[in-house]
Amino acid sequence: MIDAIARLVNADAGLVRRGRFVDTTFLLAIDDTDTLIRIREGRVAKVTPGPFITPDYSFALRASREVWDKFWQAKPPLGYTDIFALIKQKLMRVEGDIHPFMANLLYFKDVIAAPRREAKR
Amino acid sequence: MSPRFEPVTGRYLNCRLLGEPHRLYIEEAGSGIPLLCLHTAGSDGRQFRGLMNDARITKNFRVIAFDMPWHGKSSPPAGWQEREYQLTSRDYVRLIVEVADALELDKPVAMGCSIGGRIVLHLAHERPERFRALIGLESAAHTAPYYDLSWLDRPDVHGGMVCAGVVSGLVAPTAPSQGRWETLWHYMQSGPGVFKGDLHFYMIDGDIRDRLDKIDIKKCPLYLLTGEYDYSCTAEGTLEVAKRTGAEAVIMKDLGHFPMSEDPEKFIGYLLPVLEKIRSSSS
Repeated sequence: MIDAIARLVNADAGLVRRGRFVDTTFLLAIDDTDTLIRIREGRVAKVTPGPFITPDYSFALRASREVWDKFWQAKPPLGYTDIFALIKQKLMRVEGDIHPFMANLLYFKDVIAAPRREAKR
Repeated sequence: MSPRFEPVTGRYLNCRLLGEPHRLYIEEAGSGIPLLCLHTAGSDGRQFRGLMNDARITKNFRVIAFDMPWHGKSSPPAGWQEREYQLTSRDYVRLIVEVADALELDKPVAMGCSIGGRIVLHLAHERPERFRALIGLESAAHTAPYYDLSWLDRPDVHGGMVCAGVVSGLVAPTAPSQGRWETLWHYMQSGPGVFKGDLHFYMIDGDIRDRLDKIDIKKCPLYLLTGEYDYSCTAEGTLEVAKRTGAEAVIMKDLGHFPMSEDPEKFIGYLLPVLEKIRSSSS
């Protein structure tokens, strides 16, 4: 799923434009498996799978495999359609320096939900 | 070819609200029973344009939507630059009644969404005699904060973009793209700190859980409509209000937190039977 993010985001000119001022690295955790995603000028420049000893990132999104699997379905179940729905139910934690995340919320929401586009219907 | 105007009229009303002079922007369409529409936090009356353009509604109802002070094309009060906007239940109830009075509305129906859906519960409790019926869209007795509201109003984050970003997931994933993005556009146009000021009512001051049992729907009928995808005001929250007040509640399929603007056609399908009940009991 994560592997597809770079390809899907970089092929979406509108999304890249929305994130044109984003220059950061964030961490996406599925259970205890970490991945670093480097964004430069709205494009996914690098995806680095963990484990890491001293990961360097601005913010992290952490949820269980079960939660991510539901979130990335083409038609997610009620309560799994949006990051903030997960945060409200305490199914996801967003932590660290969340300024880049909040300042570019519409961008990051679509970057993180990108795998839905290729999910089986 | 003659100009293709919509049957919607927009005007400015000069009136006193909360003891101060105000210039309020109001749109309306139709004739008959006044249906006073209350927009969501950080948005404005444009959310109701789908209703105003639907002859099935406007043939029997005078649909009126005002932009609350600080919102849309209504000005904030003079001296706004020196104060922080913060909506309270007390002011919100008073504001609605004063607008209804200024418009000389005889027993209007009030229909509000989100903060508007909450305030109709306060109206049902405090001012049932003033209204013919109340309709709560996305109505729950309380919603606790689930993110740090200070992100909504700080100079190093674009206020319009963060407000739209925060609410974007509340639109049903099934909503048509145009409805979704028009709903978000309204949020992108809100003044600095206005959405945050409204949420003071929604998440802190407007908690009405302790007074739900005192609402008497025999004094004023109460109808509740909530979109199934709304995770802010949840279906469970609405059903709890229904259980404790005896109000009729319908959970609307394939709709979210902004039913009237995200997918007007689908929403009107749920609204028409409610309006018909109100009309038949009024005649």
